[in-house]
Amino acid sequence: MTQSVVLQVGQCGNQIGCCFWDLALREHAAVNQKGIYDEAISSFFRNVDTRVVGDGGNISKGKICSLKARAVLIDMEEGVVNEILQGPLRDVFDSKQLITDISGSGNNWAVGHKVFGSLYREQILEKLRKSAEHCDCLQCFFIIHSMGGGTGSGLGTFLLKSLFDIISKIDLMVNSGKLGTTVKPRSLVTSSTGSFKKRHKKPFDAMNNIVANLLLNLTSSARFEGSLNMDLNEISMNLVPFPQLHYLVSSLTPLYTLADVNVPPRRLDQMFSDAFSKDHQLIQANPKHSLYLACALMVRGNVQISDLRRNIERLKPSLQFVSWNQEGWKTSLCSVPPVGHSHSLLALANNTCVKPTFVELRERFMRLYKKKAHLHHYLQVEGMEESCFTEAVSSLSALIQEYNQLDATKSMPVQDLPRLRIAM
Amino acid sequence: MSIVTVQLGQCGNQIGFEVFDALFSDSDCSQGLCSKRENEAYQASCKERFFSEEENGVLAARAILVDMEPKVINQTLSKAAQSGRWKYARHACFCQKQGSGNNWAYGYSVHGPKHEESIMNLIQKEVEKCDSLSGFFIIMSMAGGTGSGLGAFVTQNLRDQYSNSLKMNQIIWPYGTGEVIVQNYNSILTLSHLYRSSDALLVHENDAVHKICAKLMNIKQISFGDMNQVLAHQLGSVFQPTYSAEGSFHYRRNPLGIDWQIRPPSGLPALGKIPLNKELHFNTSIANLVILRGKDVQSADLGGFKDPALYTSWLDPVNAFNVWKTQRAFSKYEKSAALVSNSQFLVKSLDTIVGKAWNMFASKAYIHQYTKFGIEEEDFLYSFTLLEQVVASYCNL
Repeated sequence: MTQSVVLQVGQCGNQIGCCFWDLALREHAAVNQKGIYDEAISSFFRNVDTRVVGDGGNISKGKICSLKARAVLIDMEEGVVNEILQGPLRDVFDSKQLITDISGSGNNWAVGHKVFGSLYREQILEKLRKSAEHCDCLQCFFIIHSMGGGTGSGLGTFLLKSLFDIISKIDLMVNSGKLGTTVKPRSLVTSSTGSFKKRHKKPFDAMNNIVANLLLNLTSSARFEGSLNMDLNEISMNLVPFPQLHYLVSSLTPLYTLADVNVPPRRLDQMFSDAFSKDHQLIQANPKHSLYLACALMVRGNVQISDLRRNIERLKPSLQFVSWNQEGWKTSLCSVPPVGHSHSLLALANNTCVKPTFVELRERFMRLYKKKAHLHHYLQVEGMEESCFTEAVSSLSALIQEYNQLDATKSMPVQDLPRLRIAM
Repeated sequence: MSIVTVQLGQCGNQIGFEVFDALFSDSDCSQGLCSKRENEAYQASCKERFFSEEENGVLAARAILVDMEPKVINQTLSKAAQSGRWKYARHACFCQKQGSGNNWAYGYSVHGPKHEESIMNLIQKEVEKCDSLSGFFIIMSMAGGTGSGLGAFVTQNLRDQYSNSLKMNQIIWPYGTGEVIVQNYNSILTLSHLYRSSDALLVHENDAVHKICAKLMNIKQISFGDMNQVLAHQLGSVFQPTYSAEGSFHYRRNPLGIDWQIRPPSGLPALGKIPLNKELHFNTSIANLVILRGKDVQSADLGGFKDPALYTSWLDPVNAFNVWKTQRAFSKYEKSAALVSNSQFLVKSLDTIVGKAWNMFASKAYIHQYTKFGIEEEDFLYSFTLLEQVVASYCNL
């Protein structure tokens, strides 16, 4: 079994991350009754003998001593991370795996990326290397960050770039994938770059819970047994037909909040229908009206292959798939249900419904950019130039154009291409 | 005469367990509807064929378990051990951590060469335990990454290293509406490679087995476990020892030694046209094997199978049809019959898969995932060409 490392960057990233670790502990506690450190737990946690000083304390088998999250916490102001370290999860985090600063990034991508990036580059690489060394077989980095703020966006993307550099050097990562969970709802709520983010605690808790659950369900089939397993590298293999179209839309049913313990069990088929409804999508989009390039269904709990097939047959007619992938379904069955539910479904799709999100983003960006509003905040940072902005926009436009081309094929009848003819 | 089984990937290992369990349960039956002596000979033959005996008398399956991630193998080993009746040999498994990511290229080009020595060593050890080797039975799926890619690689190696032994691959044909999005790519790459290195491909389609569970067995919530058990039952009824009056060891017939590969005689006119006056009620066969077990086998009337309409014009039914009759019943069924057929039955499915893969290939979708690991567009084209030839050959029967 492989391990994954979670990199949580910025306020948003850390708050979601904190939620995730809490849920992960609950889930493993529910499944692992005997308290033995097994391979499933090792995917996200190290087992450490706290009496040993320094790095030698890793225990690979036997009883659970003290679990440490495979995480690196990064924030350019201390408030959020400090709160985590004083909260109920303080013992789960390794105090050496933190990078914090005092002043914050001021919602400025340039500050996050250029200033703090160069300032903390060595430390970041060091922590990443350390976290990789603690793994037997590291497969995946999860990077949780927002797009709207300064640290999450700026330093988060810097982190991503650094990972590209070291991945080629570390032998362990023969086939690795990096999944970045970008919190779209949040950044949309707080509108475009440059606005001031209010710290709303309560409403974000529910949202963070959903995203944390998403991450948990995504990895469930890799951690736990089932009749049809799905590993993380299978997600990128099946859902990314072209390298640049790697944006996935997700939906989770049943949706749960922290307070919802006694949700009545949903009928199985209803769970599948919900997953494709507009209201259950985690971005503001309606995938049914757009074109599917690929779709993955990750089911947990007491669901068998016949249930899965029946629902695929039922839902297929209402969904539009691209001509060259009419049956583009990837499925997995994990026998372990999430805590508090008998079954759940996570649907991941590569769907052109992300396009409106990008178009809207570009529009809001252009509205500010045309007026040169707030631009000086960015340009006064060393290393930032206007070309950064123009390149960003043109890259976004190219992406939108790709989706446009795919959408254009939507209503065209599916034609089988002429096959090779063989001379006998 | 022993058969060494290689179980590859999640599918191969899950099915492999069910197969050995079915074989053991059937062999263990004391009630065989035949004489005690016959039953004992049958049991001895089954035991020798599929199991080896360990020091304490426990039977160990003659099998190698291979997977690129540990969960399934662990489950399989413990299920076998838990049954208390048979188990897998210690050190009979090869396991890695990362999986193959549903990527045929990764299974074939990365895992294959990297683990070639370890896997072939394991197989060699198991072969050495056999007094005499009938051949290899390789269980794999086509849709995933390990079974398909690594399976193709291992089969090739078996052809090179054990060129005198027979190799039969049990392939699982995936559901038509997707289990894996790139399943069509993985399938055509697997089939084209196996075509060159395997002696026979025994195919089970998930859609067909699913229908059996639903319609014939009335199972409401069908699980993979159910399907695998149906499959195992079918395989068991084919592979269990069959009675042959020749020689002193009556149950020695090699189930793998079936004359599957038949070439059309040279000197035939160009096979471009299918005669229009031929009634297409049945799929045209080039070989049929019926295996009967149980009561009244000697009096069974198999005339229908010798109808020339079933066979291609250049074959005489006498050469194409075989029947094996065994009095000892299978799995407590008073009478059972199995048909193994080399016919046009699979043409439609094969054609469909090639068509879908071709459409996807034309758009170049997912190709970058394969070229990343050394499988280029030319390899795809070669596979397409080969399979179109197979389809055409079968259509022209």
